[in-house]
Amino acid sequence: MSTRPFLRIDNIRKRFGPIVASDGVSLEIEEGEIHSLLGENGAGKSVLMSMICGMVRPDEGDIVYKGQPVSFASPRDAIRQRIGMVHQHFMLVPNLTVAENYILGQGSALSVISDMDKVHRKIRALSERYALDVRPDAIVEDLSVGEQQRVEILKVLFHGIDLLILDEPTAVLTPQETDRLLCLMSDLVKDGKTVVFISHKLDEVMRVSNRISVMRDGRVVHTVKVGETNARELARMMVGRDVRMELPRNPEPPGPIVLSVENLACRAENGIPAVRGVSFDVRAGEIVGIAGVSGNGQTELSLALSGLLPVDTGRVVLNGKEITGLDPAAINARSFSHIPEDRHKHGIVLPLSLSENTILQRYDQKPFATGGMLNGRVIAEHTRDLIKRFRVKSRDENQPIAALSGGNQQKLVVARELARNPDFILVNQLTRGIDIGAMEFVMEEMLKQRDSGRAILLISTELEELFAICDRILVMFHGGILGELPPDRTRLDELGLLMAGNKEQPAPAG
Amino acid sequence: MDDMMLLTFLATLVGAAWRLATPLIFASIGEVFSERAGVLNIGLEGTMLVGAFCGFAAASATGNIPLGLLAGVAGGMLFGLVFAFFTITIKADQIVVGAALNLLGMGLTAFLFRTYYVSTGKGIDIAQPVHIPWLSDLPFLGEAFFRQNLIVYSTILAAILATLVLYRTSFGLTLRAVGEHPKAVDVAGRSVPGYRYAAVLVGTGFAGLGGAFLTLGHSNQFVEGMTSGRGFIALAVVVFARWSPIGAFFVSLLFGLFYALQLMLQAQASIVVPYQVLQALPYIMTIITLVVFRGKGAAPSKLGQPYEMR
Amino acid sequence: MAEINQGVRETVNSQATHAFTHTLSRAAISALTPIAAVLVALAFGAALLSLNGFNGSDVVTVMVFGSFQDMRSVGEILLKATPLILIGAGLCVAFRCSIWNIGAEGQLYVGAIAATLVGTSIDGLSVWVHAPLVMLAGALAGAAWAGIAGYLKVRFQASEIVTTIMLNYIALILTSYLVTGPMRDASAAYPQSARLVREAWTPRLVTDLRLHIGILVALVLAVGLYIFLRRSSRGFALRVVGLNPHAARYAGMNVARNVMIAICISGAMAGLAGAFEVAGVTRRLYQNISPGYGFEGIAVALLAGNNPLAAILSGGLFATLRSGSEVLQITSQVPQVLVLVIQGIVILSVVAFAKLRDVLRIVA
Repeated sequence: MSTRPFLRIDNIRKRFGPIVASDGVSLEIEEGEIHSLLGENGAGKSVLMSMICGMVRPDEGDIVYKGQPVSFASPRDAIRQRIGMVHQHFMLVPNLTVAENYILGQGSALSVISDMDKVHRKIRALSERYALDVRPDAIVEDLSVGEQQRVEILKVLFHGIDLLILDEPTAVLTPQETDRLLCLMSDLVKDGKTVVFISHKLDEVMRVSNRISVMRDGRVVHTVKVGETNARELARMMVGRDVRMELPRNPEPPGPIVLSVENLACRAENGIPAVRGVSFDVRAGEIVGIAGVSGNGQTELSLALSGLLPVDTGRVVLNGKEITGLDPAAINARSFSHIPEDRHKHGIVLPLSLSENTILQRYDQKPFATGGMLNGRVIAEHTRDLIKRFRVKSRDENQPIAALSGGNQQKLVVARELARNPDFILVNQLTRGIDIGAMEFVMEEMLKQRDSGRAILLISTELEELFAICDRILVMFHGGILGELPPDRTRLDELGLLMAGNKEQPAPAG
Repeated sequence: MDDMMLLTFLATLVGAAWRLATPLIFASIGEVFSERAGVLNIGLEGTMLVGAFCGFAAASATGNIPLGLLAGVAGGMLFGLVFAFFTITIKADQIVVGAALNLLGMGLTAFLFRTYYVSTGKGIDIAQPVHIPWLSDLPFLGEAFFRQNLIVYSTILAAILATLVLYRTSFGLTLRAVGEHPKAVDVAGRSVPGYRYAAVLVGTGFAGLGGAFLTLGHSNQFVEGMTSGRGFIALAVVVFARWSPIGAFFVSLLFGLFYALQLMLQAQASIVVPYQVLQALPYIMTIITLVVFRGKGAAPSKLGQPYEMR
Repeated sequence: MAEINQGVRETVNSQATHAFTHTLSRAAISALTPIAAVLVALAFGAALLSLNGFNGSDVVTVMVFGSFQDMRSVGEILLKATPLILIGAGLCVAFRCSIWNIGAEGQLYVGAIAATLVGTSIDGLSVWVHAPLVMLAGALAGAAWAGIAGYLKVRFQASEIVTTIMLNYIALILTSYLVTGPMRDASAAYPQSARLVREAWTPRLVTDLRLHIGILVALVLAVGLYIFLRRSSRGFALRVVGLNPHAARYAGMNVARNVMIAICISGAMAGLAGAFEVAGVTRRLYQNISPGYGFEGIAVALLAGNNPLAAILSGGLFATLRSGSEVLQITSQVPQVLVLVIQGIVILSVVAFAKLRDVLRIVA
């Protein structure tokens, strides 16, 4: 390899308000290699690559590309330098044809679109060369997600690139499509291109990369050649540390089944199947965790359980009574609490006060309302009580919840849901976006709930959280449940392999 | 009615329908541009009034109809600039701003009209039908299709031109993308606000032209509130037309037919239906249109939403 | 860990103090916004007058203060304020639920029609029964008319903006049909209905003024809607639906039902305003019974920041300007439609100042 790296990233820093996305990242990419960027959600992989392709400008640091320092004001500058990125969320206009998407933004704004035949021919030629099977006159929205991704990749090739960045490209693909994509990456390298592959799936990374860089907390913590490492070592590097939090466990065996899910299937809002026949039980006095890379159906599973998404097939039984297909009001009324994944969309109403947010489900029930009128005094007392018990840092109960930190907003949501005395608690992302103090607090609170006999389903992408409080962990992959692990008998890396869709159990660690 | 009378009636009806559809055709084609870029302009009614008034004022000062039409377009675009500034630059709610502009358009035109023109009571010479040799003299067909003024004929040109611009130019391609996936446009290196401004200006220019037709090609006077809901009907036309300029042309013609039917049946003494039922026809049809031709499928997915750049 | 907690506590404390001063300044800015908006609109009106050969300062001297001459003129202002407060307060409820009811004008007309029917077709009732019955008829008719648009919205996703406006025109045409046809008073030269029986009239507040008890009803209802929105369970649900329909669904609220309730309340208030115009002012149904109160009500609600209590003030202000513009037309031949221009500018200024406030908040 040459002494001069193809792309050098030197001590890049980027903050978004209080969040540090890149904390002094340095990375070197060699010409003609497939370089994988591995890391958990939020490790800073996508932001780093967005800076390389001109979508985000770094606060500090240098990017040296082909020996020249570069500073891109827009993605167009990066395209001109033959850098192309395929985003996790496609940059394709759904109602246009493939060819129209490719010429979008090209040439003068006032020009007449002519010679589409030439464009079509070029697309067909490229499509054949890389066996991508892209039809230039297809309307994008008629294509499957996998096809759209091929269209997106071919778009970058159409514009002409030397460096291709793929951001979590396999997250939306079937295993067969993934195989094809990995082959394509090798073909591109044979053609003299360089590929950066962002992923958190260990097996894929191991299969195609020349080198792998592991990112954690906005930094590159390690770069290794693929022959000099193994999946288990990578998993440990990715997560960073062993579980530190030692929380007391319940020695009592779990009680009767509270929630039973049988062969549940549902589709995402865009109509694509998201949950494909999932079955499990949650018993009183246990916390069942669902681990998995985000986007494997967890969101839809929790929306379907709480009545916010229609169920295609299967049954949900709560306390012996079927709740499949009921509306959220009816499900709420059956001792079902839900701490939602997207706090700002579902969990709270930002402009409303803490008091108003605590009565979101019970605004028309006693003692909060009598005769159709809200009992301001009772609500305020109840809210003050929750604020005190759950140590929600706030001025008073009349403050808009928007003024609180994420952790305190989450504490209030947890407080509200637990105050409803549920038999079953559905939790999706308990600790997302909250500080350590609040994290520890809400986790302890969950354990207390378990010990008092409640059934809890905890969906999370945070492995530490799952290991700290779950009694058993199910792994969700591609809409199904791939396996179950007891948290005390297994290690992080085994779970990581399952989350990556790797079903073979590794040899038990000595 | 015998056959001859029926044919005469139909010929007159079709001719009148096209004439009465003209302001709707212009306004709805313009709104197609605006909505394709993601901007819903409910201030169309006020904009059309401004166009009608500016056209009237310019023509009555100069006696020149093309100049009047130009003034109508310019007045509409000026109004559009205000709308664009508030909705695109300030990112204010499009509905609230549109409602304000309707009040403003109504108020300003009525104020200026009463201040300068109402006492004169003077009309203007409007665009006259052009006589096309042979064609205009055809029995029935001549009356139906070939005795219109140039503004009415130009609606065909407008529909074709709008279609070409929207589907055959880089500008049109980008415009359509802006309403669906603005981020993709941003990444491709084009300015989303720039395109939205352009779309609003095209839209309000057309609305101004449609308004100007009312004073310069239809009635010879400005009347307060003379658009009588055409700006709002144009919004429904766009939905029915599935955001296509050619569709907007034909749907507008259909609404023109309702207007014409209403006028002509009112003149028929033998009709037993109260004329108000006919009068209400375009409005009732608008509601039915919205209900029957609903479906978000064809609507630009970012319609009504401001674009936040990161 | 203790250190971290200490750090967190300090940040939170300073945040709390910050938030407190913030709320104070925000309250101050909130109160200033409508005032500034009105001033900008008046300045625009003055400029418009000056540019067109009128006396610009008339806007303030005549439009704002000109109509406060005697008891009678104050009574006339309050008479105009009645429908504006009713409609404005009702629209606050709809707008809070994020329903764009632009059809208050039509709902007013339908209310007036229903009031006329009840007020002319029944005879021999006591005033204690008949007058309230007329009001009730107006409110119900207005609610039903608005309910059409609400139903089309929740059932067919038809934009309420377009449907309410179309229903405006249909209501106006219906009125025209009725007063020239079935409900026409044959003895009159001008198209108008028969006169309402005396017992159906809205009682006057002061014997020799036209002002009727409608103003009191308007005030009570505005206060009532304020309490409804702030203190009732239903009002709470309406606000949640308007602010975040996703959270409303998550919490188990029925979004469609709340939308229907909100639009029907606003329609009832407009219908009641129509009933008062007939039973309290004209005593007969005419083709042009409203000078655009339904549209002015939109400006009233927006200036009030969708707060029904504040709608009393903004309704009073717009009534004053309307009366003033009538005086201005008589004294200086300034076209009265100037009022519409001022309404439009008020809305634009409110929008602009609200955005400015957001920007200031981010900077601060």
